[in-house]
Amino acid sequence: MQIQIRGIQKTFGSFQALTGVDLDIESGELIALLGPSGSGKTTLLRTIAGLEFADSGRILFGNEDTAGIPVRERRVGFVFQHYALFKHMTVFDNVAFGLQVRKASERPAKDAIRAKVLELLDLVQLSGLDKRYPSQLSGGQKQRVALARALAIEPRVLLLDEPFGALDAKVRKDLRRWLRGLHDKTGYTTIFVTHDQEEALELADRVVVMNRGRIEQVGSTDEVYERPATPFVFDFLGGVNVLPGIARGREIDVVGVSAPLPCGTCDHTGAVDIYVRPGDLRVADAAQPSFEAEILAVQRTGPIVRWDIRARALDQQLEVEIPHLHHDVKQHVPGQTVRLRLNQYSVFARGAKGDARPKALPDTVLIGRERERGRLG
Amino acid sequence: MSSQPVDHSLQDPPKLPFEPLIQRNAVITEQPWVRWLLTALALVFLAGFLLLPLVAVFVEALRNGVGTYLDAVRDPDAIAAIELTLTVAAIAVPLNTLFGICAAWAVTKHTFRGKQFLITLIDLPFSVSPVVSGLIYVLIFGAQGWLGPWMSEHDFKVIFAIPGIVLATVFVTFPFVARELIPLMQEQGTDDEQAALSLGATGWQTFMRVTLPNIKWGLLYGVLLCNARAMGEFGAVSVVSGHIRGMTNTMPLHVEILYNEYNFAAAFAVASLLAMLALVTLVLKSFLEWRLGSELAATRKH
Amino acid sequence: MTALTLPEARGRSPRRVIPGFGLTLGITIAYLSLIVLIPLAGVLLRSAGLGFDGFWHAVTSPRVLNALKLSFGAAFFAALFNAVFGLLVAWVFVRYPFPGKRVLDAAIDLPFALPTAVAGIALTALYSGNGWIGQFLEPLGIKVAFSPVGVVVALMFIGLPFVVRTVQPVLEEAEKELEEAAAVLGATRLQTVVRVILPTILPSLLTGFTLAFARGVGEYGSVIFIAGNLPMVSEIAPLLIIIKLEEFDYAGATAVATAMLVISFVMLLAINLLQAWARKK
Repeated sequence: MQIQIRGIQKTFGSFQALTGVDLDIESGELIALLGPSGSGKTTLLRTIAGLEFADSGRILFGNEDTAGIPVRERRVGFVFQHYALFKHMTVFDNVAFGLQVRKASERPAKDAIRAKVLELLDLVQLSGLDKRYPSQLSGGQKQRVALARALAIEPRVLLLDEPFGALDAKVRKDLRRWLRGLHDKTGYTTIFVTHDQEEALELADRVVVMNRGRIEQVGSTDEVYERPATPFVFDFLGGVNVLPGIARGREIDVVGVSAPLPCGTCDHTGAVDIYVRPGDLRVADAAQPSFEAEILAVQRTGPIVRWDIRARALDQQLEVEIPHLHHDVKQHVPGQTVRLRLNQYSVFARGAKGDARPKALPDTVLIGRERERGRLG
Repeated sequence: MSSQPVDHSLQDPPKLPFEPLIQRNAVITEQPWVRWLLTALALVFLAGFLLLPLVAVFVEALRNGVGTYLDAVRDPDAIAAIELTLTVAAIAVPLNTLFGICAAWAVTKHTFRGKQFLITLIDLPFSVSPVVSGLIYVLIFGAQGWLGPWMSEHDFKVIFAIPGIVLATVFVTFPFVARELIPLMQEQGTDDEQAALSLGATGWQTFMRVTLPNIKWGLLYGVLLCNARAMGEFGAVSVVSGHIRGMTNTMPLHVEILYNEYNFAAAFAVASLLAMLALVTLVLKSFLEWRLGSELAATRKH
Repeated sequence: MTALTLPEARGRSPRRVIPGFGLTLGITIAYLSLIVLIPLAGVLLRSAGLGFDGFWHAVTSPRVLNALKLSFGAAFFAALFNAVFGLLVAWVFVRYPFPGKRVLDAAIDLPFALPTAVAGIALTALYSGNGWIGQFLEPLGIKVAFSPVGVVVALMFIGLPFVVRTVQPVLEEAEKELEEAAAVLGATRLQTVVRVILPTILPSLLTGFTLAFARGVGEYGSVIFIAGNLPMVSEIAPLLIIIKLEEFDYAGATAVATAMLVISFVMLLAINLLQAWARKK
């Protein structure tokens, strides 16, 4: 089922939950709505389900406007964050509920319901647990019952609200893979909400990054990570160092180094912010333009070594991540001076970070970003 | 940079004909007429069933004018009844408060076998008819009771005297404080106390400076309910009092006597005092519930 | 395995971190025994002194049987009525907005706070033949005061808060997601209420019913004024105990009291089982 979302606005009192959201979702896609809490992602999901009502805007399922369709006729599968299983019903009755409440004329025969439920329980790998009560299940099992229950009504779209939020890390990881597999097998158009960027990047075909009630960026997982469109996305999908700089025409000055303003024909003069991921600050060769920094602290976390450094020219503390392989234990100790270069970076005209940004001001426009490796070095 | 993404945040929403979604907000509530009907039904029921009797007390009390009302309230027997009621409450409430704190401390801050059984026993007086509560003391201290002969020898009276009234009142109000404190203290756990003890506080200091501030609203709530019942208790007291005017007559018993003498205005006048006590209790109770709510909320934030 | 022995996890003298256990438990048990347990045991002992025949004879006299029947029957119907209206009131208070809610919410506890004797004479004033409400019911042939109906009315008044106050918090905490889940799955509102909400609150409703019932059985003050106390017709068991005491028939009073106590114990047990069951769900 193809879904088109057009200009959805929603306020709760004076709080702007959604401000003009547009989104197209292809049939069979697995989409992640990613954002911090309060970004509007859950509101958007609930609006698609018909559990919230937008103040304006339209949502189309295929060619059908959902405006007049109440939630119980919308045929959406919704998996709640805390599963919302009916505690007084067995697993079987939970899954069968959506079929049993149908009008007598539309309700499948008892045997058909039974066959369908057992088939679904098989699909979610819970065969044999049909007589259990929710309280007798683990978190992961509850999650799968909730999923089976949502699938029982053969939904036009499957909506999952923080599907792994209440599970512990190990179960979460397994279930994530399993859900991807299930999606590939069943092909339901699926939208899920998450605040965990890793989860979104691993599971989804496309990621919708949301902040303050609007969409910051829509793109494939590679796109949003490698080419963040806004400072917010940059910040939200991993760590970032923000370096102050000055743009002069097609050049920028940053930490005492002159670098090209990384876009084809653009031209800008004024203060800019250069966004660099910790992994894109690299140790420089002697020949490369570089800046001097002092190592303040060295910390190893798994395969990565993290440095806290202070750039001499800036008197600003920065974070550097280098693969463990490249880390020379003897040479790089606190107090040591290193020369670093910028590998990949994006340049934004000076403004606050994504959160505090006033809407109409053009001063946070992405001016350009450096993508080709080593261009600076 | 050919594939430069668009910053969506800066774009105006696409122009579409303005068409608000139909707000059929029936997701988790009933249709308006159902809501309206149920609300009306509940309110009419409450007004007729709860508020009307209360109004009746005051209207009947003032039926023969303010003069009669004041006479009834100022009658020496009425004043004696008021004094006795206050005295009984002044003994029974502190006793049960002390007990309630001890019981809650033992039950919630420690684990031991038979704990649940003990809690059930503490609740026992609630499930005993007030009349039976009075009867049990008659069987012990009454003229034909086990201790009756010994007591008449030593000229010590319990039944048809104030000690009996106090005992019966203590019995019926026994669980009030404990049953408010136990769930509250259970929820609060023992972390704060352990912290205080590890910092070198004595048990008494821990209780006074850590536990008590944490439970004060719950404690007051229990005391309030205990007091309301102590002053209003009728059945149990009726059995042991002997209804001696000016001597062993509490306010509720005085109401009964006046009523049975067909002195309705006076009966309702004294009753109105008790009704006012009930109203004050309700107001304080609402206030304490509000404070208690924040006490619990504070616990849950931990 | 080795010679290493671990200390018993639940030894005879568990080490306690928090002081005052002996003292407070000692006071609790002593006070509980003196005020509650020993006197109550006295009743049972007295009753046992009657012998089974004596007890049976006292309890099965027609007047006693009628009184017990009335006390339990009226309490049952009043609790049933309260289960319905208490649920309605709790539902409206939790779900729907209306002006004056806070005040009315506090007023629900009026039967807890109002001395029973006051409630008794007030209800009588309302429901007697020339009373505020009674004057309209009398011509219709409905006699409330001075009849068993009056007993039920008084017990309804007394028992209402028990149901409301047990159901209300459960309704308040009911997950709204459950109802949304039902709606998403295509259930109508009525189906949601009947199949999802009611089963969730049923344990608390049962508990409230049992509490109201238990309270109603032993109730005295609010009933005796409105009941009329006609022997064999509108005479409740607690009143009969008092009458027997006034006649110095201690044995008879004890027998009736024992019968009531035994039934109350059974109900207390039922409450605890119900709550355990509700917790398990």
